[in-house]
Amino acid sequence: MTGDGRLIPCSEAVRLLWDYLDRALSPEDRSLVDGHLMFCRDCCGELEFAKELHAFLASNAVDQIPPDVRARLEDFIGEIVEDR
Amino acid sequence: MPIPDAAGRSAIAHPVGCNNVDDILVSRGKRRRGRSMTGDRTCEREAERHVETDPERRTAFQRLAREQIPRLYATARRFEGAAGAEDLVQECLLRAYRAFDTLNADDAGPAWLQAILANVFRDRLRKRRHAVNEVPVDDVESFSLYRAVAEEDPFPYSDTLHLDFLHAFGREDVEAVLARLPEIYRLPLILRYMHDFSTKEIARVLEAPLGTVLARLHRGRKLFEHEMWTYAEETDLLATEAP
Repeated sequence: MTGDGRLIPCSEAVRLLWDYLDRALSPEDRSLVDGHLMFCRDCCGELEFAKELHAFLASNAVDQIPPDVRARLEDFIGEIVEDR
Repeated sequence: MPIPDAAGRSAIAHPVGCNNVDDILVSRGKRRRGRSMTGDRTCEREAERHVETDPERRTAFQRLAREQIPRLYATARRFEGAAGAEDLVQECLLRAYRAFDTLNADDAGPAWLQAILANVFRDRLRKRRHAVNEVPVDDVESFSLYRAVAEEDPFPYSDTLHLDFLHAFGREDVEAVLARLPEIYRLPLILRYMHDFSTKEIARVLEAPLGTVLARLHRGRKLFEHEMWTYAEETDLLATEAP
């Protein structure tokens, strides 16, 4: 659907893309982006990339904790609980 | 927002206050079980079992805290860098212990701890009186990482140019890029995209209006894309990592 039929330039579509992915756009803006994506291959690429970047960030959320830091923090929890 | 502060005040002021910390979690539907997080009856029942006097509650705290150490540390590293991360987690654990009686659904524990961690960090920022520098992003606003990668074509023989670009970044690189962002942009970005907080939850945690959070997320994403690109250029990441 092309919403109200209004076309937007790539710059505008790109500005809205992450919010589009987040489903944070108003229905009007959403259909503007949909309308743009229907004919713009470049922005479809942008959209795909935004998805990849999003997934990439999520995959970086948990990383290794050094064993000594972990051991110290576990001791710390022990102390908090014993202390009372 | 009444995440317990450094003095554990909200835990003391609202000993049966189910509506403080848990507020943040209310919209996290997948973590909710029934009405247990907001139901007053549950509150009163749980409040009778103080973590400081009830060995079972102490064990529950210990189990949750130990299990969440890696995640908390990972978040803390992104907030503070490696140097201050451990200390941040320690303060978070102390606050969490003092406020543990306000947590009513154990399966909400992980997100509850993350929210406390974010609050500890925010309080520290306040104390440091970091100039809250809104970055002028006019030049960044029009930047497109997708296009920059396509135009520069760092992997000429690849069919998956953009994915290759992302995969050239190791964890330390991502951390370094995030560290370049001003804190007011970094925090919402981490909470939203690494820890799956909703924008409303972020607004509560950061005590900022939703519109401000959305604007900072928007700028933060743009800045992050821009900094990924400049980082890759400055560190010769693409030259050394190219397949």
